Amino acid sequence: MQWEVVIGLEVHVQLTTKSKIFSGASTAFGATPNSQACAVDLALPGTLPVLNEQAVNDAILFGLAIDADICRDSVFERKNYFYPDLPKGYQTSQMDKPIVGHGVVEIRLEDGSTRNIRVHHAHLEEDAGKSLHEDFHGMSGIDLNRAGTPLIEIVSEPDLRSAEEAVAYLRKIHSIVTYLGISDGDMSQGSMRCDANVSVRLKGEEEYGTRAEIKNINSFRFVERAIKVEAQRQIDLIEDGGKVVQETRLYDSDKNETRSMRSKEEANDYRYFPCPDLLPVHIEQSLIDSLQKQMPELPDAKRQRFETEYGLSTYDASLLTAERSIADFFEACSKVAGDAKLAANWVNGELSAALNREGKALKDSPVSAEQLGGLIVRIRDNSISGKIAKQVFEALWNGDGQSADEVIEAKGLKQVSDTGALEAMVDEVIAANPAQVEQYRAADDGKRKKLIGFFVGQIMKASKGQANPGMVNQLLNKKLSD
Amino acid sequence: MPSHTVADLLRGLAAGDFSSEEITQQYLDAIADRDGQINSFITVTREQALEQARAADNARQRGNAGALCGLPIAHKDIFCTEGVRTSCASKMLDNFIAPYSATVVNNMASAGAVMLGKTNLDEFAMGSSNETSYYGTVRNPWNTDRVPGGSSGGSAAAIAAGLAPAATGTDTGGSIRQPAALCGLTGLKPTYGRVSRYGMIAFASSLDQAGPMARSAEDCALLLQSMAGFDERDSTSMDVRVDDYAGALDQDLRGLKIGLPKEYFSAGLDPAIGDAVHAALEEYRKMGAETVEISLPHTELAVPCYYVIAPAEASTNLSRFDGVRYGYRCENPADLDDLYTRSREEGFGEEVKRRILVGTYALSAGFYDAYYRKAQQIRRLIKQDFTDAFKQVDIIAGPTTPNPAFGIGEKVSDPVTMYLEDIYTIAVNLAGLPALSMPVGFAGELPAGMQLIGRDFDEGRLLAAAHQYQQRSDWHLRTAPDCA
Amino acid sequence: MSLEQGDIAKLARLARIRISEESSEELRQRISDILGMIDTMQAVNTDAVDPMANPHDATQRLRADVVTEVDQRDDFQRIAPATEDGLYLVPKVID
Repeated sequence: MQWEVVIGLEVHVQLTTKSKIFSGASTAFGATPNSQACAVDLALPGTLPVLNEQAVNDAILFGLAIDADICRDSVFERKNYFYPDLPKGYQTSQMDKPIVGHGVVEIRLEDGSTRNIRVHHAHLEEDAGKSLHEDFHGMSGIDLNRAGTPLIEIVSEPDLRSAEEAVAYLRKIHSIVTYLGISDGDMSQGSMRCDANVSVRLKGEEEYGTRAEIKNINSFRFVERAIKVEAQRQIDLIEDGGKVVQETRLYDSDKNETRSMRSKEEANDYRYFPCPDLLPVHIEQSLIDSLQKQMPELPDAKRQRFETEYGLSTYDASLLTAERSIADFFEACSKVAGDAKLAANWVNGELSAALNREGKALKDSPVSAEQLGGLIVRIRDNSISGKIAKQVFEALWNGDGQSADEVIEAKGLKQVSDTGALEAMVDEVIAANPAQVEQYRAADDGKRKKLIGFFVGQIMKASKGQANPGMVNQLLNKKLSD
Repeated sequence: MPSHTVADLLRGLAAGDFSSEEITQQYLDAIADRDGQINSFITVTREQALEQARAADNARQRGNAGALCGLPIAHKDIFCTEGVRTSCASKMLDNFIAPYSATVVNNMASAGAVMLGKTNLDEFAMGSSNETSYYGTVRNPWNTDRVPGGSSGGSAAAIAAGLAPAATGTDTGGSIRQPAALCGLTGLKPTYGRVSRYGMIAFASSLDQAGPMARSAEDCALLLQSMAGFDERDSTSMDVRVDDYAGALDQDLRGLKIGLPKEYFSAGLDPAIGDAVHAALEEYRKMGAETVEISLPHTELAVPCYYVIAPAEASTNLSRFDGVRYGYRCENPADLDDLYTRSREEGFGEEVKRRILVGTYALSAGFYDAYYRKAQQIRRLIKQDFTDAFKQVDIIAGPTTPNPAFGIGEKVSDPVTMYLEDIYTIAVNLAGLPALSMPVGFAGELPAGMQLIGRDFDEGRLLAAAHQYQQRSDWHLRTAPDCA
Repeated sequence: MSLEQGDIAKLARLARIRISEESSEELRQRISDILGMIDTMQAVNTDAVDPMANPHDATQRLRADVVTEVDQRDDFQRIAPATEDGLYLVPKVID
């Protein structure tokens, strides 16, 4: 049987406002427990919410970025349920009139094809606090610092058809929100979290299968694995004659399995209704227009520009534009280097590998865009070979020098292009290897090309790699033919 | 002293006839002597009051006297007061020492008011009789077998008994005007958004409004002046200029058009109250006002509409009382669920639980449209009734309550009958309009109140109209027996 | 609208209020009475009427994104039923 997986994602994105969505408490990450939970966040009796302007602007920016309608009179509602990390006993969220309406996100798959994924809506809401389960004599500890941090929840239609598509979609959302600068998108700190609605059906079937919701997945990798393992669980279940039940499940990354969250099984009735402490948020066209003007270049537009302006391949341009920080780095580097293709190769190649190897983010890269650009300049003017360039990069990475020039100078890595010095070296190698010279001279053109490599190698060895390979080749050709 | 008005006291303080410390001491003594009988205070802040009084006297000496400098007042125990228990008359908050003060409390303190203590109320302001307080029933000073009304019954009884010259109240469905009427006082519910709700423990957020209670309209004008104003901490606070209420009291009422809703003078109105109101209206005509009959056709729907909206909002406003961060927590909870369900069972009284369940019902899946949404639609019809009426008239007048103070225990077992007592006051909250109640006579030995309803933010006109009447009558100066 | 015992149990569950068996019947009766009174609303046709959530039909004012609050944890936790290391303690939360 041919199964099709159907996935819809609900992505929660923490906004990078300075203060909370409804209070003046700080949203800074990592403060001591409850030191950033003010009277409003703690839901002290008598406290009231006032909406943060920046959170509204951020949500509108996101809406504009996915070509969505902005609701001109959106409404905050109370979602009622009891949980210790939810101080008011309700979450202030949006239901009937979310600020961002239908939109579209284009995803690009590995084979280069693209698909449009529809966004049902995106709404503003407040984050909850955290329950810490370390044992306090059989009790849990509640930290409400996170309570009231602004979130946008982006709800997709069930348009995704594989775990890979889901990841591509999530990465795209990540790149949009970080391009807009409305979130740091840091999944490890919970700035971006994802719930996946997963169901399966036979290929060609019209009706959706019963879905399970996998809650709180906190990395790209886990999204992929959780969806795969959940889809397989459902397929196995159905093939064994069972039925999928609609429920909330949790992904256990250690065991790579999903399991039912029985404690949340209880039929919920959230009793949504308009929050009487907040009024409808009226948005003027003039605000939308002014935000539209502030809109930065978005990933798709930037990728296209990189292809046309720099002549890069779609693949390279996609890699470089996945994150705004990478794109900015590339453009700064390319400007100094004076060669976009070389810059792209170095950013996507050596730099990216080094970052991966050390698990570093680009913002923590020890090599700056200007340093890398300076290095490329020296490759272009033949001061160093590609091979030496890697050594220079390594040195810059380790902090052994402020610039490529400084490293080249200090370590004496400058390529030998002095004809006299090179001629001497070539003569020496020819004199030292008469047998090979004999062989070379006896060979035809085809073979000669291979045999010359031996001599080049010897010379590079003698020069510790600093001989200009082009000149060496030229000299050898000339001398060996004499 | 007990029959002194706020205006008298402020004049005396300004003239140096007495110090704030002296009068504060006298009120504190009166509370100590006589509140055992009335039960109008939950907490008396004796030391703090005397300290504030001395500070006020000093400020006055330095020529730094605020508008209410040295005036002793009481706050309904629904306003958070930093460092002082703020119970909302509930076991749930019996141990709650508020870590901050309500905007109203701060505003009045900045004007120099001295806080005598916190007055009793129906638990979480849910009631019209002050019988649902965790701290016991409040008694009506005019007849201690009768209720003082509610929910601001403690504030009303304290003033009527001469234990405070003025107090704050809150009004969600009549909770300032009804006890004012039942205790022979003047009380004003301002326009929704006129006075900040920050720090006032929420009952029904879209209806709640704080206001002054005192003997006279002039007193209410003086108090409102300090209470009112835009507050950036309250999203529903309206940024509308605060008029000079006291300065505008001397208005000629000639040509004032007073609308008399026929629905407010129908069957069910106690004849003695009806007579008192009619006599007062005759005075208004003598002053040159014109009375015209009008209709507020959706009046009957106000009570059912209110009893959906108020409990629905309350049911979720009260979810924060969960035994986790403050307030009552049950002993030895077996698990999280036990912590919630038992803390809330033990911490809330019967009426509060009832309203939470009604509100939960009105919002629950499958019923929302038939109840909550329907009530919000009817709310608009009710507001429209008033909007139409105010095209013809300047103010609307009628009785505040259909009956005078009822007996303690008389209606506790029949909530619906009790709810219907609020028939004349509730529509005003749904429409967000300002309204005041003032004494206009007696039904037997018990005070009768008349309500004046105004256009949005037209408190000044209401206060002036009441003041002009009070210049020609002395009902507002009568004191309860044994309280003189 | 007359409620049944099961309805009361469901409402009590949603509202997280334990209702003792003794009080349940009286509560059912009283709430049914209240709902009966409320049901008089149903006679009115409101099809063309916009719901009114706020008496002034006002709109939300926005606050500048500025941190205005300072750490008052000690004050706030002084009145808490149970805390440790700055955390509020509750019986174990099971996900």
